[in-house]
Amino acid sequence: MAEVKRLNTPLTDEDIEGLKIGDNVLITGEIFTARDAAHKKMVEILDKGEKLPFDIKGQLIYYVGPSPTRPGQVIGSAGPTTSGRMNKYAPRILEAGSKGMIGKGEMGGGVPDALKKNKGAYFIVVGGAAALISKSITANELVAWEEMGAEAVRKYTVKDFPAIVAQDSHGGNMYVEGIKKYSKI
Amino acid sequence: MRQIDAAKITEEVKKLCIEANYYLGKDVMDALEAGHKKEESPVGKEIISQILENDKIAAEGVFPMCQDTGAAVVFVEQGADVFVNGNLFEAINEGVRQGYKDGYLRKSMCDPITRKNTGDNTPAIIHMNVVPGDKLKIIVAPKGGGSENMSFVKMMKPADGIEGVKEFVIDSVKNAGSNPCPPIVVGVGIGGIFEKSAQLAKKALLRTIGSKHPDPFYADLEAELLEKVNKTGVGPQGLGGTVTALAVFVEVHPCHIASFPAAVNINCHAARHKEAVI
Repeated sequence: MAEVKRLNTPLTDEDIEGLKIGDNVLITGEIFTARDAAHKKMVEILDKGEKLPFDIKGQLIYYVGPSPTRPGQVIGSAGPTTSGRMNKYAPRILEAGSKGMIGKGEMGGGVPDALKKNKGAYFIVVGGAAALISKSITANELVAWEEMGAEAVRKYTVKDFPAIVAQDSHGGNMYVEGIKKYSKI
Repeated sequence: MRQIDAAKITEEVKKLCIEANYYLGKDVMDALEAGHKKEESPVGKEIISQILENDKIAAEGVFPMCQDTGAAVVFVEQGADVFVNGNLFEAINEGVRQGYKDGYLRKSMCDPITRKNTGDNTPAIIHMNVVPGDKLKIIVAPKGGGSENMSFVKMMKPADGIEGVKEFVIDSVKNAGSNPCPPIVVGVGIGGIFEKSAQLAKKALLRTIGSKHPDPFYADLEAELLEKVNKTGVGPQGLGGTVTALAVFVEVHPCHIASFPAAVNINCHAARHKEAVI
């Protein structure tokens, strides 16, 4: 494996400023899961000026919808889902203190500006590397909104969770720069 | 007439659903190994090595290779001398139901408007064909949502010709970018009619990586398209690189004199399909 940076959550502004696109990272600590429905609800809560059901300061949000858990396992396969669907919500979540998101695919809309302004980073995990990712998840507990089923907010305890910085707090976007570098037509 | 019990079909479909989601074909693994050697981007290389490691973990049989264990696409080739004792489609759906439950696979089928999940990953998407003989062949190809969303049908003009097809394929791959989880396999359907072109593109994804179209003209087209796709720079996971696709497969069918349909169906690197002959 190429050189890696180790990150322990919750993250600080300094952690984020030290990251640039293309960095391989291993994340250890806790990460929180949320996708479409939970984001809608989180933003509603924030807009009302109320408190979220977990302390979001310095935390990362993982966009995921795992396969069923086998008996005796912590989780099923837990790879990323497409992040672009959360473009509308992510800036508000960053503003509330989150230090970034984990998913797959480019994030647009207000996200690049929000990453700069709030010092955040967007990480990707390899789409379709769900079995590998699951090996780094050591605990999995419900945080809020059980009624949302697969979309409920959960807390994963992770050890050496493998991710790559795709969009950083300095305006770097690997989807643009990486493709430009290798495009020959 | 040879008689085949519907229960036997259920049993095979169940087994194939599970096998396809845990054990990636050797041809795909070999292509990923070759792609790992070829990839020029260090990040791209790291991504392919994670994919390879992932697929080896999946093959231990505990975690499916991807959490999106797909819509259950099932191709059936029924010999003309076969009589199925029971309802073939019901037997297939029962196999999907059992396979997705017992294999701990995600149930991803829902109502298109209310989004209510059907709960058991049925109905399967079934493509049926009748062939000579007294055998029944079943191919199960679980298809993920991310790559299926990046698939297109285009009603081109006859004057667009082969160059039009090339442009359509390259534009499709570029526009798809990171979304279909590259490195991808590209299925191209040329000709037929609106829905036939899409079916051809889907069928093309079942080909073994390394195989060539029997017609040298289309074999050359496949090679040229693969080279061009890999020059787009999209790379592994769309982060830039030289290995965007593992293969491009073309399937062709005659079409109406006024028409020129073409379709591009993209598969992620989890190019899953397993088959059984009864």
